[in-house]
Amino acid sequence: MALKLDDNIFVSKLDFLANWVRKNSLWPMPFATACCGIELMASASSRYDLARFGSEAMRFTPRQCDVMIVAGRVAMKMVPVMQRIWLQMPEPKWCISMGACASSGGVFDTYSVVQGIDRFIPVDVYVPGCPPRPEQVIRAVLDLQEKIMKGGTIDGREFAKRTAYEGPGDRLGELDPSEVVIAPGNFATGKRLRGLPLVN
Amino acid sequence: MPLEAVASVDETGTDKEFLYTLNFGPQHPATHTTLRLILTLDGETIVKAVPDIGYLHSGFEKLGEDLDFNQYVTIVDRMNYISPVANEIAWHHTIEKLMGLEITPRCKYIRTILAELARISDHLLCVGAVALDLGGLTAFLYAFNERERIYDIIENASGQRFHPSYTRVGGLLSDVNDLFVSQVRAFVKSFPKAHGDVCRLLNKNKIFIDRTHGVGTLTREEAINRSCTGPVARASGVARDLRKDEPYLAYPDLQSSFKIVCSNEGDCLARYLVRMGEMLESANIIAAAIENLPSGPVNIGTDSKVVIPDKSATYRSIEGLIQHFELFMWNRRFETPVNELYGANETANGELGFYVVSDGSAKAWRARTRPPSFIHFALFPHLIEGHQISDVPAVLGSLNIIAAELDR
Amino acid sequence: MSTEHTTAIDAKFGAGSATPTEFRDNKRLTVPVEKIYGVLAFLQTHRGFDMLCDLAGIDYLGYADATDRYGIVYALTNTTTGERLFVKTFVNDPDPEVPSVVDLWEGANWMERELFDMFGVKFIGHPDLRRILLPDEFTSFPLRKDYPLRGYGERHNFPTVTRAES
Repeated sequence: MALKLDDNIFVSKLDFLANWVRKNSLWPMPFATACCGIELMASASSRYDLARFGSEAMRFTPRQCDVMIVAGRVAMKMVPVMQRIWLQMPEPKWCISMGACASSGGVFDTYSVVQGIDRFIPVDVYVPGCPPRPEQVIRAVLDLQEKIMKGGTIDGREFAKRTAYEGPGDRLGELDPSEVVIAPGNFATGKRLRGLPLVN
Repeated sequence: MPLEAVASVDETGTDKEFLYTLNFGPQHPATHTTLRLILTLDGETIVKAVPDIGYLHSGFEKLGEDLDFNQYVTIVDRMNYISPVANEIAWHHTIEKLMGLEITPRCKYIRTILAELARISDHLLCVGAVALDLGGLTAFLYAFNERERIYDIIENASGQRFHPSYTRVGGLLSDVNDLFVSQVRAFVKSFPKAHGDVCRLLNKNKIFIDRTHGVGTLTREEAINRSCTGPVARASGVARDLRKDEPYLAYPDLQSSFKIVCSNEGDCLARYLVRMGEMLESANIIAAAIENLPSGPVNIGTDSKVVIPDKSATYRSIEGLIQHFELFMWNRRFETPVNELYGANETANGELGFYVVSDGSAKAWRARTRPPSFIHFALFPHLIEGHQISDVPAVLGSLNIIAAELDR
Repeated sequence: MSTEHTTAIDAKFGAGSATPTEFRDNKRLTVPVEKIYGVLAFLQTHRGFDMLCDLAGIDYLGYADATDRYGIVYALTNTTTGERLFVKTFVNDPDPEVPSVVDLWEGANWMERELFDMFGVKFIGHPDLRRILLPDEFTSFPLRKDYPLRGYGERHNFPTVTRAES
């Protein structure tokens, strides 16, 4: 027996509503390190206004943000900072890796640039480019919105399923074990954030 | 230094308990990316500021030893990422000086126009960022809108909005078309109005003046002793500009179309006004250069053996094919004198110099960058002593610190 | 011009203190490391070179005809006349050490720290010689020629945060 409702009553799933609300007000945390930061600023400026898609408030405090946009290369000295900021963001949160340097190291295959931030934090959307045009950044935000609509739940149950390491495999395999120098931190004995288990 | 250990910072030996240590960065709202300041505060007054940098150190100079002169230009772009073309022009200026090449007049004029556009772009962002950090969002949006027009020009010339990698040894990637000329002319006509908009917002704004006047004063002797160049030095009374003192590119012909802007005050407001003045002078240079753009080839002739030949020559003549082959095969490339050289340009931030040591091959043995931002950031603890926390973004913005040039 | 400086330096510090060379428009003087502080102070006070434009380090390991390993170049500028001079000195392994010029030019403070960070050359008399660009725990000197471009694995030596735990 179908329910007869007036025109001003709207029935939906809570999950759908929560997703719809979350995707349309994704407040970014601009973790802008280098040149991609300028393109991020340009995509938030008048010509390519990112605020149209809900990313109005670029708050620089992680406690108030939903999306961390890592724009620019991440040097090894910055990795603990990036991880700490990621952990400070409250759930639900997502991560956009903007630019070639954040996604894979880019042109900088050197001793101090990490070859992709997905080796250290979980990433949802990657944006290639050096730097990506503002239209690509907007596309990434739209893709993230689609991802949220497709799999999101009101209490964030989809995140608890992502227990595995999601970055490139064979992280230390690029070097012979005898050549690896334990500096800065030591994998086995070094100080780690919140005692998280080591993933190899 | 690790993020937790702040007790080790107190080097005076007198651990005053009422002093409060505040960590500013490396992730912070002031739009100057990744730098960290450990401020020791007495209430709101800064007693000591210790900068901690290196959060963007990417090994640029090590890469310079691994890449060709034409490949390294893509990396040099990414140093001062707000005016990338200027870095490229400075790099190839040094390489061409090292190899003893004289570029064509047309190339000189086009490089001058692009260098001045890059300078305007850099100053616009600096001024916009200072305004944003002090609370004036509108000036930031006006400045960015104008920068988009510069991006359009560079995109037309090279294909990329920024990081164009446009210069090559002996010339440019490709010649410019008529649309470039008309775009530059339109820009020159409309720029004074946009400049006037920003001036009207900030120059007589009581809040802006109160926050920048008398803040972060640098005297002339200090500026020289601490190796400052560019607008930071000129605002303190050091009347030195490489475009007038050691003219390069098309500047010898354009000497009468611009003046250098100096001030005697040395505070943040002076630096801001020097930058605003320099933008108008740059617009004059561009106007003069675009009207007198010489015709002719933009690359030097192929018999110099360093210039990549035109595609039509590569595909249709045997000499062009051999030349192309010689320049791109891994074990061939071109030869350079076995010597070392310092070459500098006046970019928006100051004197950007490259000290290149060459061992005869097409890769540099050592490519050292003289980074103006690094040298200016060393001024910061001296400038900020005795001021308050809210002066930190004003001083930081006025020095125009670009983290990628700072850390390389 | 550089011959005048050379004559003046030789007169004060002994013959052979400064060997001039020239390439394109760069005028260079090579000074032995024992006399470098005196020569630089002399150039600053008596010859008018009031600005230290740049302080560069070069590792000549494997360079053709090189006799010493580390080259240190002081790029000096006379802001009144616009004249430039490049003063060069050489140091070797083990324990490469050079007197610091921070009390002559304050701008040399960070430049010397960076040279120490990248090459391991110690500056005697520097007020605060520690690493500036690399983390304090870093053990190698990257711009030396025997250090590989990609490093020895230091860049990836950090723990990972997975989605479920974060």
